[in-house]
Parts: sequence; C-alpha cells; structure tokens
Amino acid sequence: MSDKPKFAMYWAASCGGCEIAVLNIGEKILDVDANFDVVFWPVAMDAKYKDVEAMADESITLTFFNGGIRNSENEALAKLLRRKSKILVSFGSCACEGCIPGLANFSSPREVFDAAYATVSTDNPDGTRPAVRVTVPEGDLEIPEFYPVLKTLDQVVPVDYYMPGCPPESHQIAAVIDLVIAALKGEAELPPPGATIGAGDSTVCDECPRTRNIKKIKSFTRIQDLVSVDPELCLLEQGIPCNGPATRSGCGALCPKVGAQCIGCYGAADGVVDFGARLMTAFASVIDSDDPDDIDRILDTLPDPAGQFYRFSLAGSLLRAAKPAWMASEESVA
Amino acid sequence: MTDQHEGFDPVIIGFTCNWCSYRAADLAGMARIKYPPNVRLIRLMCSGRLDPTFALQALAGGADGVLITGCHPGECHYLEQNYKAMRRFQLLRRTLQQMGVEPERVRLVWASAAEGQQLADAIAEMVEEVRVLGPLSWRGQGNGGKLLRPEAEEAAEVGA
Repeated sequence: MSDKPKFAMYWAASCGGCEIAVLNIGEKILDVDANFDVVFWPVAMDAKYKDVEAMADESITLTFFNGGIRNSENEALAKLLRRKSKILVSFGSCACEGCIPGLANFSSPREVFDAAYATVSTDNPDGTRPAVRVTVPEGDLEIPEFYPVLKTLDQVVPVDYYMPGCPPESHQIAAVIDLVIAALKGEAELPPPGATIGAGDSTVCDECPRTRNIKKIKSFTRIQDLVSVDPELCLLEQGIPCNGPATRSGCGALCPKVGAQCIGCYGAADGVVDFGARLMTAFASVIDSDDPDDIDRILDTLPDPAGQFYRFSLAGSLLRAAKPAWMASEESVA
Repeated sequence: MTDQHEGFDPVIIGFTCNWCSYRAADLAGMARIKYPPNVRLIRLMCSGRLDPTFALQALAGGADGVLITGCHPGECHYLEQNYKAMRRFQLLRRTLQQMGVEPERVRLVWASAAEGQQLADAIAEMVEEVRVLGPLSWRGQGNGGKLLRPEAEEAAEVGA
C-alpha cells in the first residue's frame, strides 16, 4: 500500500444519493484517486469492517460519513470511523440533521414497522416483524437493533466539519476535495473545527433572483394547485410554502429559479438555532390578518406545518423527535 | 388523572413584555396577589421579540409549559408587534401539536399594566391545567433521564 493519504466514505441511514453526488464530480474523481488511497467505501469497493478495525487509530486522513444513526450498526460504525479518522466530515443532510429518514422521529417504532411490514403493498401473511435475535434451524441470527429515535452523527460522536445538502452539490464537493488536497500539501489552511464547509453562510433567499415586496397573503397554496406561478415574484409572497428564508445558501437557489419552492435541503443557515422556528417566524410574517379566527382559517391552508418545517431537520432540531418516539425510547431504556 | 401525577409541580417558562405584562406581574406582587410560584418569568422588551426558538428551547430543556404574554391587541408600544406574536403563537401551537405537545401547554395571554389580578388568575389556571396533563419531560434517549442540553444542567445548578 502506498503512503498516500487515506480516504473513506460510509453510508448509515441514507439513500445513496450522497455517493452519487460524489461520483458526479466528473473527472475530479481522478484527483481523488491520484491524491488518496481509498481504503473503505462500501458502495464503490469491497471492504470488510474487520479491515477498518485492523487499521491504526487516526490512520484515515479524510472520512465522509453520510446517513443518520438509525440502528446499532450505524452507531458502531460511527464510533469506529471516528476513532480511525483524522478528519471526520458529517456529509449530507442525513448525517447533519436527520433528513428524510429522520421524519420517522414523528412516529413510534411500532408505527414505523407497521408502515414497512403491514400495509396493503406488503405480502406478509404471518405478520413477521424484525427481531434483534431469531433462531432458525441453521442456528441463531442477530441483526442490528433498531433505535426508537434516529440520531444525527454529531449526537453520537464529535464531528470535525459539516457539509450540508441533500445531496451536497457536486461542485461544492469538488471544491472541498480541492481544499483538503491543497491543505495536505501545505498550500491552504483548513477551516476551524466545527465549521460548515461546501456551502454559503447566508440564506437561499439571498441567492434567489425573485423580487420580494412586503406583500401579504390570505391563504397558502400548494404549487401544483396554481394555474400559473409569477416568474418574477417571491414564491412565499404568492402563498407557496417556500423554505428559503431559513435555508443555508450554497445551491444557487436552484429550485426557486425554476419555479419550484425551496424545500430546505441545505439545512439551517448560519445563526439559525432551530430551522422550523425560523420558518414559523417567516411564514407568520406574511399572513395578512390581525384576527385570531381569520389567522386560524389561513393556517388551515397549511395542513402539515411540522412536516413543512422539519422535512429535513427533525432529528437535528431542538425537540429532535415527537412524543411517540421519545416515549418508546424511554421504554427501551427502562 | 390528578392522582397519577401526585407530587408533580410543573415548571412553566413565562415570557413577559416590558411595558404591559411584566408590569402586570409587578403590580400583582405589589398588591400581594398570590399566584403559584411554578412560573418563571423572563422579561422581553415586547412579545414581538419572542422567537419560537425560545419556546422550543424551554420545552426541550425540561419546561412543562410555555406562557407567552403581551399587551392587548391595539396597545403595543411598538405599534403592532403583538399581532406578530399572535400569528407566531398560533403557528407554533399547531406545529407542537403535531409533535405530541398538548395545546394547553402553550398559552397566549394579554395583560395590561393594570391587570395584575387577571395575569395572576391566568397563571393559576394554566398551572392547574398543566398539572393535570403531567410532566412533559422532553428528555434525551438513554442518557439517564438527564436534560437534553448539558448547558441547561449547568444553569440548573445555579441557586435562585
């Protein structure tokens, strides 16, 4: 094995989109190969956990960890890779704030399993559910334990950098890889620990070319229910629930530019403690009414505020999970 | 219901506005009006300063309820910020309901500087409602029932 710096990438509870985004950096991937030894990357190469365990501590220079901590296997790998890595990057929305898998934190594990194993689309006549240990004629089987509350990576191990996005934009990934390569050669300095890299520090609104007036609205509307969308005017001011006001810049306002609302995949902008709380303030500010009943009527047109506000950030929010998930976790501890 | 939570003393974080509701609480004190000590008042310059983050942080940090107070509609010292507080509050309460937090745990009360009695009554009423609901205990998984945020633990150490 050469003496090049070592690179690893791992996926926990995620969809694989982050890996596609990394491969999508085009010929830059050759720079990765020229500058790094890829020692562990389950989606791209065959490697075993025991190979990682055999490595010296801090021997992997750079690890991209994507995915939330859904089960005991995810947690064990997070701890293992933390120990083996010099720089651990919380890569993508799932690792940073839970993302779509984190939406399961609205429900108890029973509801999650019901949705997965007991709906009309599932052929499961015996009502089988996963169990950590099961005995079959061939012997005892063990699978990872499913946690009642999905956690973000930094709720389990300390993280050096955060790289938001669902998935992070490829040109941002390329820029981060360039920076790390330059830093290894002593030509650049790494940002301070705990920094967010590969993204802007402002909001999507700041990158969005649409015009903002102080227009107020009488109802929220799903974008697909509109006959036409004004191409120039701010989407939120047209009553379309747009998450731009709280979302970190860095994508170039891709969605609002083409007439679709921002869904918030880049997570909370600098200075935003709780993504949903910031959006509550933003949405409340466009409601055109001073009458409590009328406000209620307008809010009825936003049927799922928690889903709207915490689509990507529930696991990383102040409350982290809804009560059914917490109650199940108390039971599992007791 | 009540027996189930015997000995439970709710902690309620109350946000007051400098010009009306804080003075109402002050007046209640000067007039020796009694209200339960369960509410911890925090003074803001205006109810319009209330970022929903404050309420979420209170609940995540172990509070059983959040009381938001301000000047009556039309009487805001910053013209119309209490209307902003009202719109935020209504959206916050809906969102929290989806998270499994009962609406009684988050309450909005208007109190002018002369309404010490009304504020004391509203506090007493809310404390009883939350007492019936029981503890919210928004606690972290598997960390021995400690509060979610370590800095909240440190703050809890400081005597009153």
